[in-house]
Amino acid sequence: MLNYFLKRLFQASLVMLIVAFVSFSLFNFVGDPVNNMVGQEASDERREEIRDKLGINDPIYVQFYNFVENIIQGNFGISYQLKRPVSELISERMPATLELVFVSAILAISVGVLLGVYTGIHRDSFLSKVILVLSLAGVSLPTFIIGIMLIYLFSVILGVLPSFGRGQVIDLGFWTTGFLTISGLKALILPSVTLSLFQMTYIIRLVRAEMMEILQTDYIKFAKARGIAENIINYRYALKNGLIPVITITGINIGTLIAFSIITETVFQWPGMGSLFINAVYFVDIPIMSAYMIMVAFIFVMINFIVDITYYFIDPRIRLKEEKE
Amino acid sequence: MKIYQKFYDTDVGYSFFNSKVAIFSFVLFLIIAFCSLFAEFVSPYNPFDPLNVSLMDAFIPPVWSEGGDGRFILGTDQQGRDMLSTIIYGSRISLIVGFASIIFAMVFGVFLGVTAGYLGGKYETIVMRLTDVQLTIPSILMALLVDGIARAIISKSMHDEMAIYVLIFAIGISEWPQFARVTRASTLVEKNKEYVAASKIIGLSSIYIMFKHILPNILRPVLVIATIGLALAIIAESTLSFLGVGVPPTTPSLGTLIRFGNNFLFSGEWWITFFPAIFLIVLALSINLLGDWMRDALNPKLKKR
Amino acid sequence: MSFLKIQNLDISYKTRKETIVASQNVSFTLEKGEILGVVGESGSGKSTIANAIINQIDPPGEITQGSIQLDNLELCNNENLIQTFRGKKIGFIFQDPQTSLNPLFTIKEQLVETIQTHLKLNDQDATQRAIQLLKEVGIQDAEKRINDYPHQFSGGMRQRVVIALSICCEPDLLIADEPTTALDVSIQAQILKLIKELTIKRNLAVIIITHDMGVIAEITNKVAIMRYGVIVEQGLTKDILTNPQSSEGKSLIISVPPTNKKINRFTLISPEGKEITLNSANLTKNIIKTWGVRETSNKKILNFENVSKVFDDGSLLKKQDSKNIVKALTGVTFDVFEGETFGLVGESGSGKSTIAKIITGLIKPSSGKISYYNDKLYNDRNIYQSQYSRGQIQMIFQDPYSSLNPRFKVRDIIAEPLKFYQKDLSQQDLQSNIHDLIDIAGMSRQSLDRYPHEFSGGQRQRISIARALATRPRLLICDEPTSALDVSIQAQILNLLKDIQDELHLTMLFISHDLPVIRQMCNRIVVLKDGNVCEINDSESLFKQPQHSYTKQLIDLMPKIESLV
Repeated sequence: MLNYFLKRLFQASLVMLIVAFVSFSLFNFVGDPVNNMVGQEASDERREEIRDKLGINDPIYVQFYNFVENIIQGNFGISYQLKRPVSELISERMPATLELVFVSAILAISVGVLLGVYTGIHRDSFLSKVILVLSLAGVSLPTFIIGIMLIYLFSVILGVLPSFGRGQVIDLGFWTTGFLTISGLKALILPSVTLSLFQMTYIIRLVRAEMMEILQTDYIKFAKARGIAENIINYRYALKNGLIPVITITGINIGTLIAFSIITETVFQWPGMGSLFINAVYFVDIPIMSAYMIMVAFIFVMINFIVDITYYFIDPRIRLKEEKE
Repeated sequence: MKIYQKFYDTDVGYSFFNSKVAIFSFVLFLIIAFCSLFAEFVSPYNPFDPLNVSLMDAFIPPVWSEGGDGRFILGTDQQGRDMLSTIIYGSRISLIVGFASIIFAMVFGVFLGVTAGYLGGKYETIVMRLTDVQLTIPSILMALLVDGIARAIISKSMHDEMAIYVLIFAIGISEWPQFARVTRASTLVEKNKEYVAASKIIGLSSIYIMFKHILPNILRPVLVIATIGLALAIIAESTLSFLGVGVPPTTPSLGTLIRFGNNFLFSGEWWITFFPAIFLIVLALSINLLGDWMRDALNPKLKKR
Repeated sequence: MSFLKIQNLDISYKTRKETIVASQNVSFTLEKGEILGVVGESGSGKSTIANAIINQIDPPGEITQGSIQLDNLELCNNENLIQTFRGKKIGFIFQDPQTSLNPLFTIKEQLVETIQTHLKLNDQDATQRAIQLLKEVGIQDAEKRINDYPHQFSGGMRQRVVIALSICCEPDLLIADEPTTALDVSIQAQILKLIKELTIKRNLAVIIITHDMGVIAEITNKVAIMRYGVIVEQGLTKDILTNPQSSEGKSLIISVPPTNKKINRFTLISPEGKEITLNSANLTKNIIKTWGVRETSNKKILNFENVSKVFDDGSLLKKQDSKNIVKALTGVTFDVFEGETFGLVGESGSGKSTIAKIITGLIKPSSGKISYYNDKLYNDRNIYQSQYSRGQIQMIFQDPYSSLNPRFKVRDIIAEPLKFYQKDLSQQDLQSNIHDLIDIAGMSRQSLDRYPHEFSGGQRQRISIARALATRPRLLICDEPTSALDVSIQAQILNLLKDIQDELHLTMLFISHDLPVIRQMCNRIVVLKDGNVCEINDSESLFKQPQHSYTKQLIDLMPKIESLV
């Protein structure tokens, strides 16, 4: 069992290292960091000074080592555009994004799995057909359009929900939260619905396909032939067998949510990491871009790791395969 | 007629002609594609010809609203351009980018998937690791990163010229792993079939077997993914353009148009955003419906009732 | 009154194009303590009848007419009643033990769940009962193994678990749909014995669906022969097998390979009652002109010397004593002489397919020498030297459904090897070659412009044979060529192979797990078990006086249709 964990841990570290290297290359080989920092007018001596200070004249592996060391300590450099340490910027904005993603994830997964299971089991019911049609619409609607539409309906026409910002947030020191105020919660509603809708419909369709496939397997037929009640077959057997792919989907989806939060944050002017990143791309602010890449890769790798661990506990075939070795 | 008859006789053909949804969405899609392809002939004006556009015509609402003008059926935008025309031209960009990127992803992904599945060994392991790693990164992020890096590498002016190609590359790169993964899985299944063994015994080369024997048999799932991927690519392009990092504003796509219009949503000129948005939704919906029907029609596992 | 009485049962499937009749006017009876065999070729409707009894016919099929009475209660279209019977009064066994059990639940959970569905027992009592059942079906160490998962059991053991699950609530009627088809011969014998014991001990009424006449001979009291959804003949097994009355019955029985003697060719009677003779012999006179007659000396055509093959799981870290190493072949040595038919017989895992793949270069050997005439097939760097064997060694495969590319027309399938070996073939010559080949294989010329899916299993095998002959091979490897075919089609294909061999002076390497077939086809035989050679001998000596214990065991366990005479 330890073997399994260690193997996965090793793989995860490898991926992080590769991402760090790509990030590092971005820094060094793309554009001239010195130019970006001091502008056109600076003298050559000043540039040499800065080059030395930044360690650009050192050999590559030294630079990479320093880079990685910095990353681990949380030092991501200084933003070209905003002239502030990137780590500060990120820690300021991370709570906003994480809270948004968390709420959206719960929405998308719970509603998605529920409706997916239902439409998978009750294939031909009217409700299923309605849900499927709506889900198709959900997949065809780009997230930003959903956001705009919701803003138009609820903010402009009805005027009940805010159209931008986080509302009032409480500062807990290391974290700022919008969960504890009414305005904060209100501000969360539209963005999280927007963010979750695309994923929700995707999950519904995937879970439904899974359920339908499982219900046609031999072991389900055999269970029916043994007289086991339909309910138990559907909700105990089929569900447990269908759980494995659902977990993968869940894992991937949290990652997708983080990515799509870029769009949602832009539409709702939500002060999170996503809007920070989009600005960085627009202004070619490399420190922020590479820091974002590393942060996000880290979150994805962690999620993958947790998903793998969960597989181990759910699927006995994996457990036994590992124990044999 | 003979091909038509043959298609009608197959299971797929039967399913198509009996599905009103499939026919409807296919026809809708054809109309949109046709219009955008022949935009110069179809659209009432060329909104990007500065001679045709006058600021005096700005902010005119659609023809059925108060203040509407018969010359501009869907109204005009902030620069006086006819909405209907900008939408037709804009959808052309959206479709071009969408098609090109998905074809790029398909060719690249299918090639890697088939070769990885057939040749196996370390090559396969490397390709699959690559797809695994890339699949954990959502495509929108991938496209953003590639675009961002491109911006950093290429100077601003050149970037504007090459923006479309960069975009096609960025979206294509973000979609190829799906193709690779599915084709590899299908190739593995076909590889174990005995007609492949028979071909090997005859002495046919690997390349011949891969592309003449295996490839035709694995196209079905590829088509489904390509159709759905097309919709995703179009949405991806419009999202990137909306965010400001897609096509340059001189050749706006539907996403760019929506971004322009967003600024005027609250001041009451709703039509500048509304009509491009509706058009985009309809386009994506028709493609998705088609893809959905295709997936069910081509799936041998689902028992047909 | 009979325990189970089926009368005038009609079942049909309404598809979009037409209505397919799955069964028509089916009637039979069954008493407790009796085993009824329902036999027929694929598509005869036998499984549909079984599914009908428990009302689990795949949609869009439905019972359109007739009655099914169990213990005087009408089951037809009475879902409520059947719902209470399933598992409790009627037990059902499916064919494939691999997929019948839910992989994520332990045996205990699956057994206890079933028991508690029908009998009011608490967990402890249910578990006890489950353990008893496992013992009864012959699972050793039942107390410990009950907590295992399905994939921890071998195929035969899994089928025993499946049987335990079917009888755990004391049903009176047991329906087994091809219960041993997916199992090896030795395991099959054990399972059949188990079923027979259970029948007697629990006074069950049993229906066994099968296509294997040997199974019928071994354990059934009564048999019903089905063809195209209709019962063509039924009665006591003894009577029917020794003296079938209907022409379909006759055609079926006569196609079964005898286990106690060797015959030259199978006599073929079509189901309509006419005798079939294949006229491929005439047509090949044309081919012989173009092929050139070959001399048959008694040269050694193939030599296997001390060949071993080890499969590892291909992981990136190589471990020495890893449990994932499979020893497919160990020290296998044999010779094949020109003009003979050499048989490779063994159960699954014996290595016979591996040998075929090594000869054709699809798999590399781990060690040993393989020679074709005097040339080594693998050089010092273990690379297949195809120049010696190109075109001269060919193979036909087991699965007719995957051995032809579904996207190629038959004409192109046969043309491919022709064009590859004779690059300057004129279009005219090419077509005439193709025609010759399709004639040899006994198929019409119209079939050349069709696609594989338009043909049945037997016809597809003929196309495979035509393709294999296109390169004018000297050595033809037949890897279980008839295992997936119905018995009467098998007889035709085996006759065809023998004819071809005679006319074209081919050497054949015939691989099968089916002993009677091997006996009919081969001059000399090697018996393999787990990659080791057990015995090599000429076929009559092998069957009359087997030397090795494994050979003796196989011959004993082989279901014999003659056992009833």
